[in-house]
Amino acid sequence: MSTPALAGPAPVKLRVHPFRDSTTMLRRNLRRMLRYPSMTLMLVGMPVVFLLLFVYVFGGTLGNGLGGAAPDGAAAGRAAYVNYVAPAIILMTIAATVQGTAISVAMDMTEGIIARFRTMHIARVSVLTGHVLGSVIQTAISLAIVIGVALLVGFRPSAGPVEWLATAGFLLAVTVALVWLSVALGQVSESVETASNLPMPLILLPFLGSGFVPTDSMPAGLRWFAEYQPFTPIIETLRGLLTDEPIGNNAWIALGWCAVIALGGHLWSRRLFNRET
Amino acid sequence: MISTPSRPAIAATGLRKAFGDHVVLDGLELTVASGTVFSLLGANGAGKTTTVRILSTLLSADAGDVRVAGHDVAREPDAVRAAIGVTGQFSAVDKLLTGEENLRLMADLHHLVRRERRQRIARLLEQFELTEAAGKPASTYSGGMLRRLDLAMTLVGSPQVIFLDEPTTGLDPRSRRTMWEIIRDLVAGGVTIFLTTQYLEEADELADRIAVLDRGRVVAEGTAEELKRRIPGGHVRLRFADADGLDAAVRVLDQAARDNDPLALRVPSDGSLRSLKALIGQLDDRAVEVDELSVHTPDLDDVFLALTGDSSREKVTSR
Repeated sequence: MSTPALAGPAPVKLRVHPFRDSTTMLRRNLRRMLRYPSMTLMLVGMPVVFLLLFVYVFGGTLGNGLGGAAPDGAAAGRAAYVNYVAPAIILMTIAATVQGTAISVAMDMTEGIIARFRTMHIARVSVLTGHVLGSVIQTAISLAIVIGVALLVGFRPSAGPVEWLATAGFLLAVTVALVWLSVALGQVSESVETASNLPMPLILLPFLGSGFVPTDSMPAGLRWFAEYQPFTPIIETLRGLLTDEPIGNNAWIALGWCAVIALGGHLWSRRLFNRET
Repeated sequence: MISTPSRPAIAATGLRKAFGDHVVLDGLELTVASGTVFSLLGANGAGKTTTVRILSTLLSADAGDVRVAGHDVAREPDAVRAAIGVTGQFSAVDKLLTGEENLRLMADLHHLVRRERRQRIARLLEQFELTEAAGKPASTYSGGMLRRLDLAMTLVGSPQVIFLDEPTTGLDPRSRRTMWEIIRDLVAGGVTIFLTTQYLEEADELADRIAVLDRGRVVAEGTAEELKRRIPGGHVRLRFADADGLDAAVRVLDQAARDNDPLALRVPSDGSLRSLKALIGQLDDRAVEVDELSVHTPDLDDVFLALTGDSSREKVTSR
């Protein structure tokens, strides 16, 4: 843009403080969540409703259709189905909470405060990491609530402390991946309405996988999709960790998907944030 | 860093920006001396906001050199950002947070230590008459309060150069006056202010120098007085009770021109006492009844229309 002859003194590089600025932004986002509790409640309410629906309305019948050693009778079927569906509901909780991430990122982008942040000498990425950290905390709270309700309605995981620890770590990986993706989706949305719709497929994907029924009961084309989409290995890994089912390669495939989604979402987000609007 | 006392706060040369085929800035040149108020005046769409966005590192120019507070905006955006504060046209506050929390957010992002933070927030709240509303969410604030909070947030970092993009658009007259007072106080404190406005009165009130922007170029620059002197347009306006009075006056005054008001006339005048006496004498001699007489010196409105020519385009608001 300028000729080197006119360059003058060397460019000044000022220090940035990404950790400090991210903490500040995290504090801002947590405060916003507290001020806007209806959204938090709505986001955690949806998986709870699905859980109750699938356990009490469909559970009796679906449980009997699971095959294997499933015992006869609606009550027995329901008991078997709670254990089958809980991992899918847990994943759905993450998907629902990150929908909130997309919405709050989009709300930010449509307001003037982002222009203010962009004209300030701060670590730019902190605007995004603040959202990411806030959403991870929010998801953790949602997960605690949903797992609690699942336990109340008869979910009986066989996991010991080690498996629970592994589950927590695994859920964190999935959350971080989906949150970064949603931060990008929130930025690519022109409006808050779009932002609330764009992550919808994330909520539907557990249905088109092994979340609610085994994939071998599906027609061929759908079964192919269900077996290869990222949510199936994620659900199978969760199911394995919590209920003694064999995990096989699923854990590595799931972690691979998480890494790809997280990295892709992160790079896409940064690129979107640095674009000129 | 080399700095000379005469270093301008803002210097832009040959600034160009186009969005697709639409040329917004077409070789803009401007220099703003440190510690002064510079006003960029133009109608909607003249390129004011684009200029502010480029000067404040939000947007890159297609061509041209821009230095703000001694730093090149393209090569050293961080150094520029560390020296500037921007209050845009749309409020840049977090409406879910309280006024105090918004200021605290800025203080934390500027890494102020606790004591300094507390003092500065308390001082700004008081200075901007927000102490009482400090604990209420910004969503409950009035338009004037939001603008004040917005500007207070900009000031937390003690910027050397402040960009105010239409800071009073949409405010009621009282809030506008309050804003003007605040801006005057800021300049007294030594900062440089780059103000865009579509209100001529505002530029006249506040600016040391005014640049008139039209179709992406500065078409005139100077003090308000210099700009007014560039065009003729002083006149005396006479208003009559009825058409008879008007007709009588037309017969007496050969230079009179019709006004927009069907019962009023404009007589060219330099506004001096001597010329007024002569005019009144002429009217008195023929016993012409005049309801109302007013003296008009050219205002920036006249200047603006004369400079930008085409009056069919959207006119600047002259309230």
